[in-house]
Amino acid sequence: MVTNGQQDENPAHAAARVKMQAKKVAVFYGEAQALHDVDLDIREHTVTALIGPSGCGKSTFLRCLNRMNDVIDICRVEGRIMLDGEDINTPSLDTVHLRARVGMVFQKPNPFPKTIYDNVAYGPRIHGMTSGKSELDEVVETSLERAGLWKEVRDRLDEPGTGLSGGQQQRLCIARSIAVNPEVILMDEPCSALDPIATARIEELIDELRTNFTIVIVTHSMQQAARVSQRTGFFHLGELVEVGNTDQIFTNPDDQRTQDYITGRFG
Amino acid sequence: MERTVKAFDNDLDALKSAAAAMGGLVEAQVADSVRAVVRRDIDLAARTREVDERIDDMEIEIQDLAQRILALRSPVASDLRAILGALHIARDLERMGDHAKNIAKRVSALSTVAELQGLNGIVRMARLARSLIKDVLDSYVNGDTEAALRAWRRDEEIDEMHTSLFRELLTYMMEDPRSISYCTHLLFVAKNIERIGDHATNIAEIVHFIEEGSRFAESRPTSDDASVTVVDSTDREQGT
Repeated sequence: MVTNGQQDENPAHAAARVKMQAKKVAVFYGEAQALHDVDLDIREHTVTALIGPSGCGKSTFLRCLNRMNDVIDICRVEGRIMLDGEDINTPSLDTVHLRARVGMVFQKPNPFPKTIYDNVAYGPRIHGMTSGKSELDEVVETSLERAGLWKEVRDRLDEPGTGLSGGQQQRLCIARSIAVNPEVILMDEPCSALDPIATARIEELIDELRTNFTIVIVTHSMQQAARVSQRTGFFHLGELVEVGNTDQIFTNPDDQRTQDYITGRFG
Repeated sequence: MERTVKAFDNDLDALKSAAAAMGGLVEAQVADSVRAVVRRDIDLAARTREVDERIDDMEIEIQDLAQRILALRSPVASDLRAILGALHIARDLERMGDHAKNIAKRVSALSTVAELQGLNGIVRMARLARSLIKDVLDSYVNGDTEAALRAWRRDEEIDEMHTSLFRELLTYMMEDPRSISYCTHLLFVAKNIERIGDHATNIAEIVHFIEEGSRFAESRPTSDDASVTVVDSTDREQGT
């Protein structure tokens, strides 16, 4: 059993610094509006879970946080998203640099068709973050260590990343994203392709990672949201219906729609 | 709104029905135990004590059902409160049953006494306790927090009756030492009824928790001064 995701009773937690802030964020795919005026504070060193039925806009919102929607031609984002008080949609802002600060882990593990070592070394190399082999070795080791994968792969760093099991591949992708030392990690259904044991390991890892990073996770599993997060936001029909401390959302939500969703009453 | 998984609703309905049925049994048991005292009916007292075993079994059935739902359905929010609430209600009902059993146990001792004083007070207390039990159980079945709150406030009346009956029985004992034996038994009966009322107010609080996810805003009423009541000889001379 995982014992992570204990609810944070620390009153100081409520005053945690806001790392990212969404203000009146609206997203359109062509004429269709996918998100309506979302206001959400992402607190530092906190796991924020976004839940809601399919098509509710939670992934769309997540993708706004590092401008992944830019690559979709018909997609238009309105409103402001601040990272440390700075608007990330400023045209002058370099998205490559932004995505190094706000990393992402996807639903399906997607290691590069390269060796385990090169998967993790890829980011530091293209961002020119290390000088010399020994420094890069160290970053690769630390990242794999933090992702809880080092012990399993230390003797096979030259083997292809795609040869690992699904759970290991996902942890490799997490190692790859933390190798560039991001501040925020976005996770889109990171466990949906994994078995319960591999899922438990990732959940344990998420809880450890929040010491150093700020995490936003989209999940279809409400139990997972309850286990790993301290804050939970519920999306429905493109609206952020309710956001609050995870223990409050799962014991006594304010909004009837949240209540209906988490108790399985949505058609 | 209807739930996608209907079997879950059936489980919760079954749990609530079981708790309500247990409540009905306890309500009748309380009434019977006091009736046995008033009539000094040893057979009725024996039957009342047997019912307690059935009540204990029902609590276990409710616990098993709740455990199964918790394990299989991972309930949250109002569903979780409904299950926790049913468990707590079953526990309070079981305690009420124990008190009723204790009342019934005193019948054999009381049956040797020709004439009992103070029974009217017992009957009045029991009548009120019974209506309190009925009202909190109705409020549970109907999810009616207003009715629960009204019942919860009425426990104060039982406490007041208990204090006044306590004084009355003390007075009888001072007047005639031969009454000490039966009056002591009646004091325990009154205390048991008073505790039954307390458990009924617990249930009212649980109903509020199930429906609203919070406790009553006001603090619990209590007017039970029996524990600090003293009747001295001056009182008796003044005829109080």
